[in-house]
Amino acid sequence: MIKAILIFNNHGKPRLSKFYEHYSEDTEQQIIRETFHLVSKRDENVCNFLEGGMLIGGSENKLIYRHYATLYFVFCVDSSESELGILDLIQVFVETLDKCFENVCELDLIFHVDKVHNILAEMVMGGMVLETNMNEIITQVDAQNKMEKSEFSSFFSLYRRLSFSLPGRTGRHRLVLQVPLLVPCLP
Amino acid sequence: MIRLLYPVHIFSCNLGSNPTALLAEALSTVLSPTFLSKYSIKIKHLMCLLNFLLSSLPPVMKEIMVRAIYCEMLGYQASVSYIHAIKLAQQGSVLEKRLGYLAVSLFLNESDEFLLLLVNTVLKDLQSTNLNEVCMALTAVSQMFPKDMIPAILPIVEEKLTHPKEVIRRKAVLALYKFYLIAPNQVQHIHSKFRKALCDKDPGVMTASLHIYLQLVKESPESYKDLTVSFVTILRQVVGGKLPMDFNYHSVPAPWLQIQLLRILAYLGKEDQGTSEMMYDVLEESLRRAEMNHNITYAILYECVKSIYTVYPKAELLEKAAKCIGNFVLSPKINLKYLGLKALTYVVAQDPNLALPHQMTIIECLDHSDIIIKRATLELLFRITNAQNVTVIVEKMLEFLRQSSNDYSTVDLVGKVAELAEKYPFIKQDPLNLCNGMQPDIPNNFLRLLAEGFDSVEEDRQLRLFAVDSYVLLLQGETASLPQCFLQVISWVLGEYAHLRPDQASDPGKVMRLLTRLLDQRHASAQTRRWILSALTKLCSSPVESSLFSDWPVRLTAVFRGVPQVDSSLSFLDGHVSEALAAGAAPYKPPHQRQEELAHEKALSLEPYGLSLPVSLSTCSITDRLTDRQSPTRLSISSSVSGNSTELSLKGGSTTLKLDGVKRVWGKEGYLVQQPKEVVEETPLPPTELPSPLGSFQSPVSQTQTASPGPEPDQERQQLASSLFVGVGTHHSVCLVRSTACQSLRSSGHFIIVCCVSSPQVSCVSGDLVEEVKGHSVATCQYAVVMMRASVDVELAGLVSYQRVPGQPRATPFSLRLSLKHFIRPLTVSTGEYGKMWLSFSHDVKQNLRLITAGDQSPLTATLDTLRDRLHLHVVDIIGSEGIVACRLLRGQPCLLHCRVHADSLAVWLRSPIPEFPDSLLYHCQKALAEA
Repeated sequence: MIKAILIFNNHGKPRLSKFYEHYSEDTEQQIIRETFHLVSKRDENVCNFLEGGMLIGGSENKLIYRHYATLYFVFCVDSSESELGILDLIQVFVETLDKCFENVCELDLIFHVDKVHNILAEMVMGGMVLETNMNEIITQVDAQNKMEKSEFSSFFSLYRRLSFSLPGRTGRHRLVLQVPLLVPCLP
Repeated sequence: MIRLLYPVHIFSCNLGSNPTALLAEALSTVLSPTFLSKYSIKIKHLMCLLNFLLSSLPPVMKEIMVRAIYCEMLGYQASVSYIHAIKLAQQGSVLEKRLGYLAVSLFLNESDEFLLLLVNTVLKDLQSTNLNEVCMALTAVSQMFPKDMIPAILPIVEEKLTHPKEVIRRKAVLALYKFYLIAPNQVQHIHSKFRKALCDKDPGVMTASLHIYLQLVKESPESYKDLTVSFVTILRQVVGGKLPMDFNYHSVPAPWLQIQLLRILAYLGKEDQGTSEMMYDVLEESLRRAEMNHNITYAILYECVKSIYTVYPKAELLEKAAKCIGNFVLSPKINLKYLGLKALTYVVAQDPNLALPHQMTIIECLDHSDIIIKRATLELLFRITNAQNVTVIVEKMLEFLRQSSNDYSTVDLVGKVAELAEKYPFIKQDPLNLCNGMQPDIPNNFLRLLAEGFDSVEEDRQLRLFAVDSYVLLLQGETASLPQCFLQVISWVLGEYAHLRPDQASDPGKVMRLLTRLLDQRHASAQTRRWILSALTKLCSSPVESSLFSDWPVRLTAVFRGVPQVDSSLSFLDGHVSEALAAGAAPYKPPHQRQEELAHEKALSLEPYGLSLPVSLSTCSITDRLTDRQSPTRLSISSSVSGNSTELSLKGGSTTLKLDGVKRVWGKEGYLVQQPKEVVEETPLPPTELPSPLGSFQSPVSQTQTASPGPEPDQERQQLASSLFVGVGTHHSVCLVRSTACQSLRSSGHFIIVCCVSSPQVSCVSGDLVEEVKGHSVATCQYAVVMMRASVDVELAGLVSYQRVPGQPRATPFSLRLSLKHFIRPLTVSTGEYGKMWLSFSHDVKQNLRLITAGDQSPLTATLDTLRDRLHLHVVDIIGSEGIVACRLLRGQPCLLHCRVHADSLAVWLRSPIPEFPDSLLYHCQKALAEA
């Protein structure tokens, strides 16, 4: 079973967190911090599996992560999941995001948390892998997007525009957030 | 805050004109993620604002809710928005509903009372005609639903199992699974429906139902054995590509489904031969089909290998799986290497031999830059620990511990080291190094170990003394970095055992001074101080000069006040020191000097174990093994038997080497020069003239012991490998030998022949040891050589001493290799006797051998005849495609073979009362058949 799915950036700022088991608010934050601490220490050329989180780790659980541009995607799973299977699931997830957002970048995840959650809900339900076929996931999400268009709200487009005119934001920062998470093809 | 609220305020005043757009802009600014993190907004204020916005501005509720989700994720508890989320789910349009459900599932958990408000909404949505609403409700239900309310919605969810839409059926299955996890009793009655889901025409629904079955089968495999056929059929169809193309991922058919099925099969086939037999074919097929071309196929392969090793073993499959593991371990891809190590860890429990071919890779992994790989390697080593390699492995673990930071793996590893320390008590000094014992029970275990002690009083004393010494040394150094619990352990040990120190009598105050110093230090916690004080109290029971305590009132007051006073020059001790010196006490020794002494002491403390094989010595036999697989267990020599010790007579059937009464000729340093009695009497052999005795024995030992100053890294690794893998793998057993060992030396003159034959596995029964050879005659000495432990082959070596001219002793070493073949004799038994014996033997080995085809004979007969001729086996009977064969070791135990023709190979099952015999015999059978 998947216990949690976390996405955070290179600085440890959470961008998405979904827990399939109940933890208290504080524990959740601690888990994010600890996971970031563990994952960020690792080089690029090491394996994608981690054991050893105090909170969510233990001998049963495992962290499986991938690093894309500015974001880390971390899945915390128990022993009933296949490590390599989850690794590919992350890839499917990111590819799906890439398709839905067209060159997905960190900013998309910030301003469309709900959308990302909805995509995730089509893939993983209650900690169980529901669907692994990207096209199927996109079909489901599209069906909902149609619904959305019919009830179009004017604010939606506003966000993107506004996000660039926020005070105190340097151009560089913006660029960093917009680095597309180039999705490499798995071997 | 005021500044922040200001724009909002402005906009709310302008609500009349175009409120929503403006408001949205303001909100975006205030609640934007970047803004939130930039200014540390007081949460209370933020939540007030949120509440205000949510309750007063329904039109933009959706946007605000997304922000609230974001706040919550960042760790600001947006509890004010919970009720609004529920409202959104209850009343909103489809889109708002979705957001509402999402927010609720992120905000609330199963035990939240708010959820009760949602039950009705869920009920309504489940019955809705809008598919999207049903989906949302099912998703929300599977994320969080109050346990008590499950009965309320259960019938409706059940109903969804027959819904025409496949998505809904699938989600319903998973929702039911979730219910099963939360409250197993309530879904008991729908197990039949799960079966229906398993047979669903849509593979997606079937996949979802496998989640349930994985769990169910894991819990009670017995109840689901009947489904094995179904799972096997499904897997066969999937592997065979019968699923629609939609299910392919990188042209692999439904890989996740395959993984799931393989896991289920593993649970079903575990320790169940009948069930396992049903799945051999399909396991083999998936192993074959999964060509190594993509990440996901490795995932399938890995599962497949694990399943093969979990189910009832089948030789061919195991062989293939082992090869597969090899590919993983050797892969340059680090993820695969990791999984390979994991797989090895999993399988070595069954067959330690599997680790042997990968020794060098494992050694490389030990030095890998990735700490996870290192950790996995240590885990693997932990599994293959035995009495011989435990020291090296523990050393490696401690090395790892010293580098790693304080996290889960450290705790875990410390636990493992402690476990090993308890299991193999001779690594006594290692637990002491566990100074970073993070787990509270580890110091406790260690103290128990110290207090209860081992079997021998002397060993206990040694260990305690070592503990005291090393702790005293530690206290003399910098103590600030030591963990509190370790300081407590130190105090306890010093309090209990400081009296063991040899210098304690002369300088009783020393330990006390160290403890006092510790007491004064700022970093010692109150708890630790209590331990220190109680240790000091214990120490006071021995007579100590009162001068030591002259300033204690002050000191204790300081301690109680928690204000440490440190007199770094220890001036208050001056009087005491001069007094002690005047009384003849040894002057103070600086730490480095003491360290030297301590090191010396350490070396000495090895003495009681001198008799056991030093690691480096056993190393040599295994180093050989690396290069020469033919002799898995070579002789390793600890002491040799001198030829004239006639007490060593062989008692038939005894399989251990009796060293009692045998003169020790070989010591740690090598040959202990000792003259045989006869020689000494006549003409003493000057030791210098002896050519390096038994060079063939000694040289490998000395090589490994005196490694060249700058050894090649490879060599180092090999050495490490050999010490790590010593004792892992087959221990070839039992056999007694009829010796053909006979060495004759022809020469003119006068001979005195003294034979030294040595080996723990072979013992020599000698006849006359001294013979005179006159003229050109030939003296033949015949010795019966008996193998004490069975092995594929043994090396027999000895030394012939002779005198050509009286007064000029010479010696010639000789060695010869004897194979197990020489020791095997046919065992003539009837089929009935065979049957009885078969049942009583406990050690067995199964293996497939190749069949030999020869002329008009049946392959079985031909093969068995070959074995009979080459290995002196007795063919008891051949019935149809089965044959039974028996043999025994010379003057020793029997071994029975049961052979069955299976496809194009011969499945052989060997049984013997001695553990190593079947393995060794099997090796020779293979060789004999290969040569035939």
